[in-house]
Amino acid sequence: MQSRRTILATALTASVFVAAPWAAAWAADDAVLVPCVCELSGPGAVSGTNYRDGAHIAVDEINAAGGILGKKIDMPDYDTQTDPQTSRALVQKAIDAGAYAIMGTVYSGSTVVNMLVAQQAGIPQFTGAEAPSITEKGNAYIFRTASSSAKGVPALTAYFKDTLKVKKIAVAWVNNEFGKGGHDVFINEMKGAGIEVVADVPSEQGQADFAADVSKIKQSGAEAAFVYVNEEESARLLREAKKQGLTIPLVGEVTLTGQKVIDLAAGAAEGALAHVGLATSAPDPLIQEFVKKFQDKYKRDTDHNGIKGYIGVYAIKYVTEMNGKLDSQALADKLHGLTLKVADHPGMLLDTSWDKNGELSRPSFMTQVKDNKQVVIGMVPAN
Amino acid sequence: MSEFLQVVLSGLATGSIYALAAIGFTLVWQAAQTVNFAQGEFVMLPAFFVLIALHWLGWPLWAALAFGLVISVLVLGYLFKRLIVQPMLPSTGLPLIIATMALSILLKEGAKQFYGAEAQPYPPLFPQTTMSIGGAIVSMQDILNLVVSLAVVVALTLFLNRTRTGRCIQATAQNPQVAEILGVNTRRMVLYTFLINAALAALASMLISPVYLAKFSNGETLGIVAFIAAIVGGFNQIRGALVGGLLIGVLDNLTATYVTASYRAALPLVLLIIIILWRPQGLLGTSEGRQV
Repeated sequence: MQSRRTILATALTASVFVAAPWAAAWAADDAVLVPCVCELSGPGAVSGTNYRDGAHIAVDEINAAGGILGKKIDMPDYDTQTDPQTSRALVQKAIDAGAYAIMGTVYSGSTVVNMLVAQQAGIPQFTGAEAPSITEKGNAYIFRTASSSAKGVPALTAYFKDTLKVKKIAVAWVNNEFGKGGHDVFINEMKGAGIEVVADVPSEQGQADFAADVSKIKQSGAEAAFVYVNEEESARLLREAKKQGLTIPLVGEVTLTGQKVIDLAAGAAEGALAHVGLATSAPDPLIQEFVKKFQDKYKRDTDHNGIKGYIGVYAIKYVTEMNGKLDSQALADKLHGLTLKVADHPGMLLDTSWDKNGELSRPSFMTQVKDNKQVVIGMVPAN
Repeated sequence: MSEFLQVVLSGLATGSIYALAAIGFTLVWQAAQTVNFAQGEFVMLPAFFVLIALHWLGWPLWAALAFGLVISVLVLGYLFKRLIVQPMLPSTGLPLIIATMALSILLKEGAKQFYGAEAQPYPPLFPQTTMSIGGAIVSMQDILNLVVSLAVVVALTLFLNRTRTGRCIQATAQNPQVAEILGVNTRRMVLYTFLINAALAALASMLISPVYLAKFSNGETLGIVAFIAAIVGGFNQIRGALVGGLLIGVLDNLTATYVTASYRAALPLVLLIIIILWRPQGLLGTSEGRQV
C-alpha cells in the first residue's frame, strides 16, 4: 500500500515537471513576454514602481488594441530590491522564461551589472538608467528610455553660465553609479565653461543626515549648487538646505523637481530648479493625457519614470511591427540609428532617436518647483 | 567656527535619537541576556502605526501619536516578550538572537507589504522654526529632539535608581535567581523592561521619522548604528548608550565635514574596533565575568 502511494506520488510529481516546460512553451507562443525587472523595493522603489506602472499602462493599451502582431503582451514583474546581484539573477530568470525584450532596470548600479546577461543572450533591454557608462560599453542590446547624464548635464552648462551667470559652484552628488557618472560629466563641463567648483560633496545612498553636506556648500562661497542625488536624498537635502538658510539656487538634473521629492520635502523644494529629459508638467497634450491616465489608474501622481516605462513598451511595439516579426535580434538591429516621430507613433509622446550605442536624444525641459508643483520654465532642444 | 558648531549641534540632535534606540539594546541585554537584532525595526515600525492612525483612521496628530505609542508597547513590548522571548528564554541565547533576526526580516517585509516600499512624509512633532546660535542655524526640532531624548534618559535613570520598581528591575537584571529569593516578581520586571524598551523605540521613531521619512528599510541603518552606539558606550549601562549615540552622531558629521564624506559610514565601525581593542566593556560599561 505504502509503495503504491509512493509510486503515485512520484508519478504525479514527474508529470508536473514534464508538463511544466510545455506550459511555458504554450504561454510563450500565446503572448509576447516582456518582463519588467525593476526596483520595486529598496532605495530605488520610487523610480522602479513608477517605471513599472507606466509600462503597464502601455501594455494595457496595446493589448486592448490587439497586441503586437496580434499577440498580447505578457509583463510579469520582478523586484530587484535595488540590489545589483538580485537584478542580474532576475534578468537571467526573465531570459530563461523566454523574454522577447526586457523592461528595466532603472538604477544605473543595477543596470551596469545585469545588462551583460541580456547582452550575452541577445535580448534587447530598455533601461531607465542614466549613467553615461551604460551606453559606452559597446553593448548592442541596451537602449535608453531617457537621455544619459552625458547628454542631460551639458544642457545645464549654458543655464549656469548664461542664465545664472555663476563663477563659483558647488556639487552635491550621490556616491553610486548614477551619481558618479553625472558628477564626472559635470566637473568636465564646468572646467570647459570656466566655472570654478568650490565644493565637491559626495553622499551615500540612503543617507539621512545632510547637515554636514549643506554646511560645506554654505561655507564654500558657491553662487549655485548642482544637486545630483536620488529622490529621497534630494528631499532630505532640500529640507536641510531650508533649515540652514541656504539661499543660493539649487539646480538638479532630473530628480530634484520630481513630484515625489516635492511631496517628501514638505515645502522645502520651493524654487528648486532641474533639467529633466521628461516632465510630467510639460505643456504637451500627449504627455498630459498620459499623466491623467496614470492618475486615474493608480490614484497618485507619477514622475518622469512613469513616462520612461510607457514609451519603452511602445518602442517595442512600433519597432516590432516595422520588422513584421517577433525577432529579438531584429528588434535590436532596427533600433540603432532609428527615429520614431511622434506624429506617426503617438505612444512615444515626443520625437525620439537612438544612436548606434542605444543612447537616446529628444527635446528636454527646464523645470522649477512653484507652489509645490513642477512647472516647465523652458524647453531645451535635442542635443 | 559657525560651521563647526553647525555640524556638532546637528550631530547631537541625531545622536540623541540613536541613543534612544541604543538604550533598547542595553535594556534587552540586561533583561534577557540577548541582543535584539530587530531593534532597528522596532524604531521603524511605530512611525507606520502613527501614519495608519493619521491617514486611514483620520485621527488628529496627538491621537495618532498616542495610538502609535500604545500599539508599539503592546506589539513590540508585550507580544514580543510573550510570543518570542518567553518561550525561548530557557534555551541558550543563540536561538533567541536568531529569532530576533528573523523577526527583523518579518517586520521589515511586513511593513513593505502593508504600507508600500516608498518613503512616506511624516509630520514633524515640533515647530520648524530656526534660530541662530553662534552663527549656526539650528531648528527647534533639533533642539527639542535633543532635549526630549536627554530628558527621557535622565527620567529612565532616575526611575531605575530611585524607585522600588526600578531597583527591582535592576536586581532582576543583575541576578534573577537571587532577586526571586528576595521576593521580586522577576517575570513582571522582565515584562516591564520590554514595555519600556518598546516605548523608547516608539519615541525614537516619532522623533527621527520627520528627518529620515517613514520607510520600511529605515531599521537597517538605525539598528546597526544603535548597536554600535551601545557597544561603544558600554552594553550594560544606559548612560553608556547615551554617550555612544551622541558620539557617533557628532563624529559622523565631523568626519563628513573635515575628513571625508565618502567614508563617513565606515567611521562607526572604525570607532567600534578601536573601543573594543582599548576598552572591551565600552566607554562607560563595566566588566562582566563569564564562567566557561
